[in-house]
Amino acid sequence: MMARLLKNREILLVVAIAVLLAMIALRFPAFVAPSNLARVYSDTSILVILALGQMAVILTRCIDLSMAANLALCGMVAAMLNNAFPGLPIPLILVAVMALGGFLGAINGTLVWKLNIPPIVVTLGTLTIYRGLIFVLTNGKWINAHEMSDAFKALPRLDVAGMPVLSWLSLVMVVLMFLVMGRTPLGRAFYAVGGNPHAAVYTGIDVGRTRFFAYCLSGALAGLSGYLWVSRYAVAYVDIAAGFELDIIAACVIGGISIAGGIGSVAGAVLGALFLGVIKNALPVINISPFAQLAISGTVIIIAVAVNARAERRKGRVILKKAEAV
Amino acid sequence: MKPAIALEGISKSFPGVRALSDVSLALYPGSVTALVGENGAGKSTLVKILTGIYQPDAGSIRLGDAETTFPTALAASRAGVTAIHQETVLFDELSVAENIFLGHAPRNRFGLIDWKKLNSDAQALLRRAGADFDPTIRLRDLGIAKKHLVAIARALSVDARVVIMDEPTAALSHKEIHELYELIERLKADGKAILFISHKFDEIFRIADRYTVFRDGAMIGEGLIGDVSQDDLVRMMVGRAVGSVYPKKEVTIGQPVLTVSGYRHPTEFEDINFELRRGEILGFYGLVGAGRSEFMQSLIGITRPTAGAVKLDGEVLVIRSPAEAIRAGIVYVPEERGRQGAIIGMPIFQNVTLPSLSHTSRSGFLRLAEEFALAREYTSRLDLRAASLDQDVGTLSGGNQQKVVIAKWLATRPKVIILDEPTKGIDIGSKAAVHAFMSELAAQGLSVIMVSSEIPEIMGMSDRVIVMREGRVVGRYERSELTAEKLVRAAAGIETQADGRAA
Amino acid sequence: MTDAQISPRNIPDRLQGGGARLLKSWEALLFVVAAVIFLGNSLASPYFLDPWNLSDATFNFTEKAMIAFAMALVIISGEIDLSVASIIALASTAMGYAVQLGFDTPALVTIGLGVGLLCGLVNGLLITGLGLPSIVVTIGTMSLFRGLSFIVLGDQAFTGYPESFAWFGQGYVWWVFSFEFTLFAVLAVIYGVLLHRTNFGRAVYAIGNNQTAALFSGVRVGRVKFTLFLLTGLMAGLASVCLTSRLGSTRPSIALGWELEVVTMVVLGGVSILGGSGTIPGVVLAALIMGMVTFGFGLLNVPGIVMSIFIGLLLISVIALPILWQRARRRPVH
Repeated sequence: MMARLLKNREILLVVAIAVLLAMIALRFPAFVAPSNLARVYSDTSILVILALGQMAVILTRCIDLSMAANLALCGMVAAMLNNAFPGLPIPLILVAVMALGGFLGAINGTLVWKLNIPPIVVTLGTLTIYRGLIFVLTNGKWINAHEMSDAFKALPRLDVAGMPVLSWLSLVMVVLMFLVMGRTPLGRAFYAVGGNPHAAVYTGIDVGRTRFFAYCLSGALAGLSGYLWVSRYAVAYVDIAAGFELDIIAACVIGGISIAGGIGSVAGAVLGALFLGVIKNALPVINISPFAQLAISGTVIIIAVAVNARAERRKGRVILKKAEAV
Repeated sequence: MKPAIALEGISKSFPGVRALSDVSLALYPGSVTALVGENGAGKSTLVKILTGIYQPDAGSIRLGDAETTFPTALAASRAGVTAIHQETVLFDELSVAENIFLGHAPRNRFGLIDWKKLNSDAQALLRRAGADFDPTIRLRDLGIAKKHLVAIARALSVDARVVIMDEPTAALSHKEIHELYELIERLKADGKAILFISHKFDEIFRIADRYTVFRDGAMIGEGLIGDVSQDDLVRMMVGRAVGSVYPKKEVTIGQPVLTVSGYRHPTEFEDINFELRRGEILGFYGLVGAGRSEFMQSLIGITRPTAGAVKLDGEVLVIRSPAEAIRAGIVYVPEERGRQGAIIGMPIFQNVTLPSLSHTSRSGFLRLAEEFALAREYTSRLDLRAASLDQDVGTLSGGNQQKVVIAKWLATRPKVIILDEPTKGIDIGSKAAVHAFMSELAAQGLSVIMVSSEIPEIMGMSDRVIVMREGRVVGRYERSELTAEKLVRAAAGIETQADGRAA
Repeated sequence: MTDAQISPRNIPDRLQGGGARLLKSWEALLFVVAAVIFLGNSLASPYFLDPWNLSDATFNFTEKAMIAFAMALVIISGEIDLSVASIIALASTAMGYAVQLGFDTPALVTIGLGVGLLCGLVNGLLITGLGLPSIVVTIGTMSLFRGLSFIVLGDQAFTGYPESFAWFGQGYVWWVFSFEFTLFAVLAVIYGVLLHRTNFGRAVYAIGNNQTAALFSGVRVGRVKFTLFLLTGLMAGLASVCLTSRLGSTRPSIALGWELEVVTMVVLGGVSILGGSGTIPGVVLAALIMGMVTFGFGLLNVPGIVMSIFIGLLLISVIALPILWQRARRRPVH
């Protein structure tokens, strides 16, 4: 099964990324030096983590537009915690932001599950609310580098075996999500609920509850990303990661995760994020204005969704005996 | 002997329809009970109650000695009731093995799903179900027959006391059916209680020990299969008074109106040829999934055939969309009333006038007075019961919704009307109204095609009948030579006594 | 009500009590909300009731409302267009570019509207031609259209629009009635008639309630949806003309985030996000409410971002409250 799946989507993406890298390397060999690739990965790490959460939500036929706002709110709270209690151990802050993010996700999930409000409306609403709350908390003030403790800022950049902790953390999340999606009943329920909600009921899966957990997951990952974002850029303000929700969705769509639910994989989400990351980092190198990035990701989204749709197109009903394929 | 599971006094109603009234059913360990009945007799509702999808309005379920309820599908499955559903409720994008074990996959000591064991267990179950293919391939890559085998393997994956098989052989080949019989014998030997639902009499007599007959949501009879004949079963199924309650008028059949020749589609049907004459009601009989609806939808331009020609009143037509079919005068009243017919959420009169807006409007602007007039005319002809014409069509009963849908199509003043299962799932009173109206239409010179899986309706209403099986025409009968048995045999493909002219 | 009890022969066209139904409608609720906010604003601030202040207040919503009318039709048909704000940016950029080439005002307006229409054409072709889901396609074109204006402009801005061009965003037709407000009123009537009084509008409702049944009933589903995306593009182009004219400059970040405000306006107006229901009067009232709230908060010096919290809460609660209320009512009393 794996081989077949790979043939369809993930291999295609790996090839696309390889071709992209090769084309860049033809003129700028330094770009594909291991150290630079590691830098590109570290730059893409946060997007990778967020795409994993969005993937879980999209698999269940929902969408989470509030991830970037959730990230910004959690990041601000992390910075404020650190600012108020500089002695607070960083792992504690990590737990706190993931809990807060998970709670914000749970709000989305509850509205979708218990009130049956369409996911796009719920997260459109919470997107503005979460970001507005940052302003209410801070009155629009920034928290700058000098107001954060050194330990707070250092963790994501800390070098471990040639890569910063940021990269390692995202790899850990990839592995964890790989286990959750592939090896736990909840992960398989995400696929079942999105693939055929009607049949999921027959197999005893609670569709609403499964969606609720998907939102909690995406929220917790957004919370984690909030700390990483703020500590990495050493600044927190209302508008951090504004509009980033589109990049996250773009990474998922490029990664072959069907917006109609039930189709997608951890590898796809990661590769989709990497594809965007490579493009973003390559533009300045090959002397294309960084302003072109938005248009390029838009074009890639449209191409990706057209390709996915072709692959997903359903066969008609097979009634004639001789027409039966297998 | 004590039943493994017993239902007593079960009733279930849906808005406008009483699906089951006070039925009882007992399934015994080591024994196969055949549940027989027409479409709409309440069999599927019963299956859904047994598997925890629906909750009964009244009645009790007794499992062994204890009374129990199945509030969820999970509860029924934990109690050892498993089902192979008629509609395959499986997941196209997941692997065969996962489809078999979803919800109860084997785990390793860390609580993670053990894929190796899952795949090897799936392989073993598939073998038991008589299917030897790779359990790691994706379900969507399988044909219908193999999907059914996967559904069977899924049912076996639960340690079940009661196994329900809802038309398990509908899509299987001869060889696969024989392997299924062997499997059923083994399940019997293991002491499982089996409920076997089928339209095919030969297999009922081959495999069942007991029978229960449902008609119109009520239990008509039960007993040992050795004590009844095929004719007895058919009689119980359709009721004694076939024909007498149908208001079919004798009409003089006129000239051919519609000629269809050589219609074919790559996967759904082939070689469809027939003529429809003025004033005629042409019945299309067949089992569910025989390709009748698919052909009709191709005829009105929903799907495109690969070959074939249509002539209406002697002129060759090319129909690429329903809009063109309506303009030409061919209309189709679809089978799935909720999905394809009624537009729930819109008022009755807007439902009726939707395909006729070009007549009621002036240069693109609506004229409500004309719309109400048209809606009033056709809904009253169909004896619609409603509080007002601007009421949401979704608040009506199934029968009255169907009247609105038929009114919608008649208001376009068609030459040919295709009715696909026109009385499926509606109450007796509305059925009679639909039949009376159909008959009146034919008498007025409209040509009617009626797709139906109900034998009494086909026999009671049709001037001629075409039987389809597996996407092909397999029999044509005049009204005078119709018998229920001929229809059943042709539709099910029973080879003995080859009566009916093969097409 | 069981429909079997009623005599079949004389079904009335309409039930008595249409007036009562109107009073219980969403639009009536919106009207009350609008009235309360109007009163609250006039009590809270002595400046609110001044005609010129009220006239100024309309600029808060007129451009968004123009798009909201077309968006309402799109959402009623069961689709969505998230690219509208980016269409504004691209159309504005095109006009700014044309100014550099020395085009005059009529040509600028034509270019603005033409680019809007073209963007709508791209959306329509992708969605109805290739059968792709509108939400993803328009997320893609949202990036693409704004991305194109970023490529053209970078961090620069176009200015130097001719004086005559300023009339669309700053001119007055009569007394306190600005061109934009007049246009808003005219468009409200046009879209009201289109949706509620024509065959086309009926088809939009039919598609939104049940696309399959509409197709079976001879509605040309693809053609209708294609037209809707064209219309939305055109309206975004029109809004771009007004906004650019009002601001007098073009930056690539122009109208950033407007798509959310437009969708909120439409949903607040009682249009079901799942398609099939909603009215233009509802959208008009929602536009007035959002405009007044923004203006009132502005007078009270409440920052814009806090207003957005209010709008977000409004969006969720206007959908959640009826659901909760219905559920509470349905629960049997023991």
